[in-house]
Amino acid sequence: MSNSTKLVPTPGQTVGPFYGYALPYEKDNELLAPGSPGSIRLQGTVYDGAGQTIPDAILEIWQPDSEGNVVQRTGSLVRDGYTFTGWGRGAVGNSGVYTFTTVNPGPTKSVPGKAAAAPFISVAVFARGLTNRLFTRIYLPENEEALASDPLLSSLDPERRKTLIARRDPDGGLTWDIRLQGEGETVFLDFQ
Amino acid sequence: MPEETNAQPESDESVPPAEPKAAHLPLDKAIETQADLSAEINSLGEAYRRALKDGAQPETQPRLDYPPYRSSILRHPTKSLHHTDPETIELYSPAFGHQDVHALESDLTIQHNGEPQGERIIVAGRVLDGDGRPVAGQLVEIWQANASGRYIHKRDQHPAPIDPNFTGIGRCITGPDGSYRFTTIKPGAYPWKNHLNAWRPAHIHFSLFGTEFTQRIITQMYFPGDQLFPLDPIYQTIVDQDARDRLVASYDHSLTEPEWALGYNWDIVLTGAKRTWTENEALGAAGDDDNE
Repeated sequence: MSNSTKLVPTPGQTVGPFYGYALPYEKDNELLAPGSPGSIRLQGTVYDGAGQTIPDAILEIWQPDSEGNVVQRTGSLVRDGYTFTGWGRGAVGNSGVYTFTTVNPGPTKSVPGKAAAAPFISVAVFARGLTNRLFTRIYLPENEEALASDPLLSSLDPERRKTLIARRDPDGGLTWDIRLQGEGETVFLDFQ
Repeated sequence: MPEETNAQPESDESVPPAEPKAAHLPLDKAIETQADLSAEINSLGEAYRRALKDGAQPETQPRLDYPPYRSSILRHPTKSLHHTDPETIELYSPAFGHQDVHALESDLTIQHNGEPQGERIIVAGRVLDGDGRPVAGQLVEIWQANASGRYIHKRDQHPAPIDPNFTGIGRCITGPDGSYRFTTIKPGAYPWKNHLNAWRPAHIHFSLFGTEFTQRIITQMYFPGDQLFPLDPIYQTIVDQDARDRLVASYDHSLTEPEWALGYNWDIVLTGAKRTWTENEALGAAGDDDNE
């Protein structure tokens, strides 16, 4: 993985306050049409270190389909209403709430020699005041066994581990909040 | 050639009239001056340079915790990022193509009926991964202020003129060699409310994808020689001079087009790719490899 000819990566910078006319697009947060068979609502609130909601954050999710296939189809920016591309973008509203329409991610096939990972949705978080994007994961609350053997979750203490597991809503959807700082601070990831 | 691309909002629909002197963000602690902020910026910079001298590793990314950028104070994680190996979905990237982006979206000067005001420029370069491989067939998005430093955004109330012929949004898909190219207008400096008399150096926001989702990055490109660099708490969130320099485009006369536009070159390097053939085959996925 490491090699001596690596280039130094370009630094990130904050998304700033004015992405709102540039990054959002029609149906950006609808990986499936709302109400279509198998679709669920994924929602949550983004909080700062004072417990206040953040009105200027934008999230991206990237996930396998409900069968666990990594779908790499074009058409995320101009959705045809039928093709599941696995990727979506959702800006929070004034109350700090984001919403996606998507599917429960299925368990992807495990890599030989590695423990099977529990299904999760990969998340990138951007906000005014956040100097670089943050990565995290949303795990489904079911299948305790897979969660217990997950390499990332099992490396976290129970209080921190909780921040990566969504709640199942009565309507079958998922709720998962982000706390950028302080009590219940979400676990953010470093892959390097 | 000018043809409206349907991805762009009409400027006069999305922009309320400017309210001179109205803040787009709460004007808290406006009493703080540039001198106060510069003292903080310089003191953090000196501490970093001392640490470097004492053998610390150079920092290549912005600090998440950088108090001179006041909005970051309550928005940075206090716990260190948790190291983990990327798995499954994280080792792949969403795919974008001609379904997503029209070729004309890379020219920000032809989105309306007339020519935008300001200095027409070409910004071009390559997107590479940490191993120097081109990132082909991937989405690049940009957004920026107009020549007078005004964003078409309802919360930008900087009393500078809107340009009815300039929205400031562009997109393209990188070529087989990782290349991208935009025609646009040189953005103006932009005042903000971090402290009294705070001005952002002219910049273009860039949003980039790699071949793996963990390479996803949003950043800002700057122009060479900007006098505002040392004063800007956002540019200075990157404490290392070499790292900061990586965000500054170079003037490139070979990109300049006679009697048309000045050219700037800026290459972007993403982190190294982690996916191996073993993992690729185990997952049985295909798709972006078409682009490699």
